[in-house]
Amino acid sequence: MKLKGGIYWGSGCGGCDVAVLDIHEKILDVAEKVDFLFWPIALDFKYDDVRAMDDGEFDLVLYNGAIRNSENEEIAKLLRRKTKTLVALGACAHIGGLPSLANYHTKQSMFDRVYSETESTDNPDGTVPLEKSIVDGNGLELPRFYNTVKTLDQVVDVDYYLPGCPPVPQQIVNALTAVFNGELPPKGSIIGAGTRTLCDECPREKEEKEISEIKRPLNMIPDPEKCLLEQGLICLGPVTREGCGARCINSGVPCRGCYGPLEEVHDQGIRMISALASVLGPKEEKEIDAVLDGIVDPLRTFHRFSTAASILRRKMI
Amino acid sequence: MTFEPKIVGFLCNWCSYTGADLAGTARIKYAPNIRSVRVMCSGRIEPTFIIKALFEGADGVLIAGCHPGDCHYQEGNYKALRRHRLLQRILPEYGVEPERVRLEWIAASEGERFATIVNEFTEQIRELGPLGVKESLAEAMKDDIDHHEEHIEESGAANEA
Repeated sequence: MKLKGGIYWGSGCGGCDVAVLDIHEKILDVAEKVDFLFWPIALDFKYDDVRAMDDGEFDLVLYNGAIRNSENEEIAKLLRRKTKTLVALGACAHIGGLPSLANYHTKQSMFDRVYSETESTDNPDGTVPLEKSIVDGNGLELPRFYNTVKTLDQVVDVDYYLPGCPPVPQQIVNALTAVFNGELPPKGSIIGAGTRTLCDECPREKEEKEISEIKRPLNMIPDPEKCLLEQGLICLGPVTREGCGARCINSGVPCRGCYGPLEEVHDQGIRMISALASVLGPKEEKEIDAVLDGIVDPLRTFHRFSTAASILRRKMI
Repeated sequence: MTFEPKIVGFLCNWCSYTGADLAGTARIKYAPNIRSVRVMCSGRIEPTFIIKALFEGADGVLIAGCHPGDCHYQEGNYKALRRHRLLQRILPEYGVEPERVRLEWIAASEGERFATIVNEFTEQIRELGPLGVKESLAEAMKDDIDHHEEHIEESGAANEA
């Protein structure tokens, strides 16, 4: 019997869907084992097709993207009811991802910016999207745009997490194989990633070095052998879960933290404050500040992918 | 009802906690608003502890360690200083006044100084008012409502019937 599967995107970019296709010819093995009954980016199914299914009829649903509006939440709840196993696929569903950077703003401030303040906006009537509007006697409805972006597990119960922006295709294969073979770890586990930090799988040479200047990748060509953090680049390797195969790092680009925090770490970005401050050289307040001046936008750099899953979750209002 | 600030103090075992102890044995009166947590070193105080304390309802956090050069573990208080400087830069981005997280060096012999700092800090937080992270979060999310929920419940009930 073939398994029944579904893939959905909430507030995401489609990169996770593409990552599923990036498993290349292995997609044929997957198609042999799974009937995809719902996959909006690839196949034409409607929400009503899902609504018509029995509860728990899906064996596996991969949900990528964060919860940004009421549609994302509605479908998350619908799929939760209809599936036996729900996997948060990718950084957005797992820890909020890039969309959750908007949590440092409010819905109002974003609408103001986008619909009236940008240099290219021409909107003299101040038209903004409405949840309900009547056009020629017909009602139109849009999902509610939320003030706060949420992770998938902040709105429904999630069985497994497959991190990454996007997840490495091989890790998707590994996870799917585990599903097919019934070899899944305990509920709530991270699948398709390791348990150590990225530094543990990073091939670069590390020594005990104090950092006395913060640099940016656009201003330097990093040494190909040495630790990027020791070269003064902000690399989130020390606070990020391994499993990506150090893709960015091997290309000379510092880690941005998409695989999320390790077990028992409550807040990846805040943890980075701890990690980074530990390896800075200066001991005097003024010298410390001079080094810190080199970090452009520390909060969003450290929380690039994990704002929704962080302790404070958003800017206070 | 008057606002009584809740302050969490992370005090290093070797200097500041001993200093607080001295304030006690010397019977120096100081504001009862501080809840002291003894840690082995100010270098052990992760910014996560501070953020967690603020999230759980603290209006202010005091970190106290040995004076520079006096750390029992040589370097711990410098780490605390660097973390504090960096944390101070991100707190305003959260809408949290950086004054709510204060770093002080208090030696084992400075019971008087400990009391003065606690009193001063308590008054400073009293002026800033309550922080209310959880209340703010609830307020920010009160309109984030999936209004299809009821609809689904209804159709679910209809199906069962």
